[in-house]
Amino acid sequence: MSPQHGSQPIQHQFNPYSDNGGTLLGIAGEDFAILASDTRQSVDYSINTRLSHKIKVISPPVTKEMKLESTDIVGTKNSVLFGTNGFSADGDALTKAFEENWKWYVHDQNSNVETGFEFLNENNEEKESFMSMQSAARNVQHLLYGKRFFPYYVHTILAGLDEEGKGCVYSFDPVGSYEREQCRVGGAGASLIMPFLDNQVNFKNQYIPGTNSTERRKIEYLSLDECLKLVKDAFTSVTERHITVGDGLEIFIIDKNGVRSEYHALKKD
Amino acid sequence: MFRNNYDGDTVTFSPTGRLFQVEYASEAIKQGSVTIGLRSKKHVVLVGLKRNEDKLSSYQKKIIKCDSHLGFSLAGLAPDARILANYMKQQASYNDMVYGKKINLNKLSELLALKAQKTTQTYSGRPYGVGLLIAGVDNLGVHLLEFQPTGNVTELYGASIGARSQGGKTYLENEFENYLEIEDLDELIAHGVKALKQTLKDETLDIANLSIGVVGEDIDFTILEGKHVEKYL
Amino acid sequence: MNHDPYSWGRPSDAMYGQYNNAIANAPNTLEHHSSGSNFNENTTRPIVTGTSVIAIKYKTGVVIAADNLASYGSLLRFQGIERLHKVGKTTVVGISGDVSDMQHLLTILDQLEMENNYDNDEYSDNVDELQPSYIFEYLANLMYHRRSKMNPLWNALIVSGVDSKTGKPFLEYVNLLGVKYASPSIATGFGSHLAIPLLRKLADSEEEAAELTLEQAKKGIKDSMKVLFYRDTRSSKNYSLAVIDKDTGIAYDNNVDVEDMSWKFAKDITGYGTQRV
Repeated sequence: MSPQHGSQPIQHQFNPYSDNGGTLLGIAGEDFAILASDTRQSVDYSINTRLSHKIKVISPPVTKEMKLESTDIVGTKNSVLFGTNGFSADGDALTKAFEENWKWYVHDQNSNVETGFEFLNENNEEKESFMSMQSAARNVQHLLYGKRFFPYYVHTILAGLDEEGKGCVYSFDPVGSYEREQCRVGGAGASLIMPFLDNQVNFKNQYIPGTNSTERRKIEYLSLDECLKLVKDAFTSVTERHITVGDGLEIFIIDKNGVRSEYHALKKD
Repeated sequence: MFRNNYDGDTVTFSPTGRLFQVEYASEAIKQGSVTIGLRSKKHVVLVGLKRNEDKLSSYQKKIIKCDSHLGFSLAGLAPDARILANYMKQQASYNDMVYGKKINLNKLSELLALKAQKTTQTYSGRPYGVGLLIAGVDNLGVHLLEFQPTGNVTELYGASIGARSQGGKTYLENEFENYLEIEDLDELIAHGVKALKQTLKDETLDIANLSIGVVGEDIDFTILEGKHVEKYL
Repeated sequence: MNHDPYSWGRPSDAMYGQYNNAIANAPNTLEHHSSGSNFNENTTRPIVTGTSVIAIKYKTGVVIAADNLASYGSLLRFQGIERLHKVGKTTVVGISGDVSDMQHLLTILDQLEMENNYDNDEYSDNVDELQPSYIFEYLANLMYHRRSKMNPLWNALIVSGVDSKTGKPFLEYVNLLGVKYASPSIATGFGSHLAIPLLRKLADSEEEAAELTLEQAKKGIKDSMKVLFYRDTRSSKNYSLAVIDKDTGIAYDNNVDVEDMSWKFAKDITGYGTQRV
């Protein structure tokens, strides 16, 4: 019997989610990391805006001295590059929740350590302590899993420098499973770009010529320029093939000098 | 100090209309080491003398940052100040989260005043035994506020609280027309340190016991300690 | 009076034939609506609704418009409902969707304004005014919070204005899901399909919007309102138009009519309705 004719009243259910499209990409290098995303936000077949920001640089204060060295610095080397993709309202909320945790973590770290002796420590350049990438990632897991039964509908990627100064990328599923990786793509274009990156970053299916596909090409770090080329190629290509990707490409690069950002136009169609 | 019949709790007035517990709380500030605050049109500077129990112990924290645009120095019971610090951090954070706006110093002072006043009208508990000099910047410019256990919060151009703070206050009163117009932050800090020196008796200022906090329209709240204060000594 | 429309009775079968329950998924008995069922009382669909709100930025401000109609399904129920609202000195909030939820939002916005006035009355020399960005952030939090409780306010809002400190135009959108975005031109509902292409032709980027004059922006909005009246059956000819400019403040007209329409094509439309072919 169709629901209209049953004795049960029809239950209308409010759907609290929507899909806002877009793609998010992170690559870790030896001493740098990149997080990039397109700037389109869409719903169904409509483009909401051509300029939305899916990546947030969560950074300690940028000092005047740092700005003098390079004017386009938007964060310090202790920053967390925080990217979300999927349902944008949840992405924004997750970003905000993490920012809040990050802020309190810094507050607590610095107020629980009694000061007064640091003048003895000549090499102690940093007066304040910050959240490591490892801690940031674990915290994001807790935020996501905390809503296990009403999940944040997002693919989350974090990029930054680890405690040794090496580039790192952490990626998460909507309920908090996470892993440190060399590279990861999330969102609408993930299935198109990820295999490309497997091949180009992790040299999957690349064998040394003449070995009859028995000896794999040895993995080595890519340079920053090589990575940026991959990112731009990946996004221009996925823009061609996926309707929710396009308009603009925002790239954040973190290294020992801090965080820089680049913007490149993508096709608006 | 003598005891009388009307100082058992904060809720009972003396026949002369005084609340002794609240007055005693204000005395606690005078037990604390000195801190001085002063402001120009662009900056606010806090300076404080840190104390340690003995040679082997670390120094008590004197300046606490509450948000990127906001912090304070304290004189009196440091644990009480930490409770207030936490409250201010929460309020600043809430404002930022809900309105996307750094909290207004006027609003914050009102919240603090209400919180402190509550303790003077509640039977259990006691007033906060600490005085604060709050420095911050908002849409209306820079501000220096003084918080007292009574629940008074006042805005000032210069303030000096804590042990032997009178020397500092006198210095500020004499100099305030000069420092009000100062553009250069280092110059304003120099005035602060000079004022602080007027309050010293046995101690000498060094990189270990001097703490400086600054904030302005062009600089986030920053605490300077250790070798960073060397050039101001 | 019983305000539940399901209790108002139905046209007699003798007059109109068997009631078709398939239409709008109507229940086939009246009981379960009036009895204390254990369904939650959250909004699961809008009842009385306002249609599109449209807005565009220009050089020194924003132009925003919405018609004055509140529909009850296909019935043009209330014809004097203004859906643009002034908040503070430099902000106009345009609201589409459920009208009762809109009116609830208005009481909240009133409170917000009042609270700000406590420490910022017009007589003090230093006023920390409500800025469009503050109002928007607050509303966006409210909308997301309500959706997260599975009890949404069934609206799409456009917050428009200028920052009174910097003079920068402000335009941002948030809806019942808490989804938000900023753009040089924004429209809700039907407007996002019909008006946005016209408005994006005027300014597709912030740079282009910063070159747009008030006259161009106003014409764009007026033309869009005309197209919406032609094509959106839940729209009305009479609408409100607000201009928020950094120099001249808010200019609000609640009685604008769509002009220069041509219905000449209508006589050629045949094949349905009351016409005989």
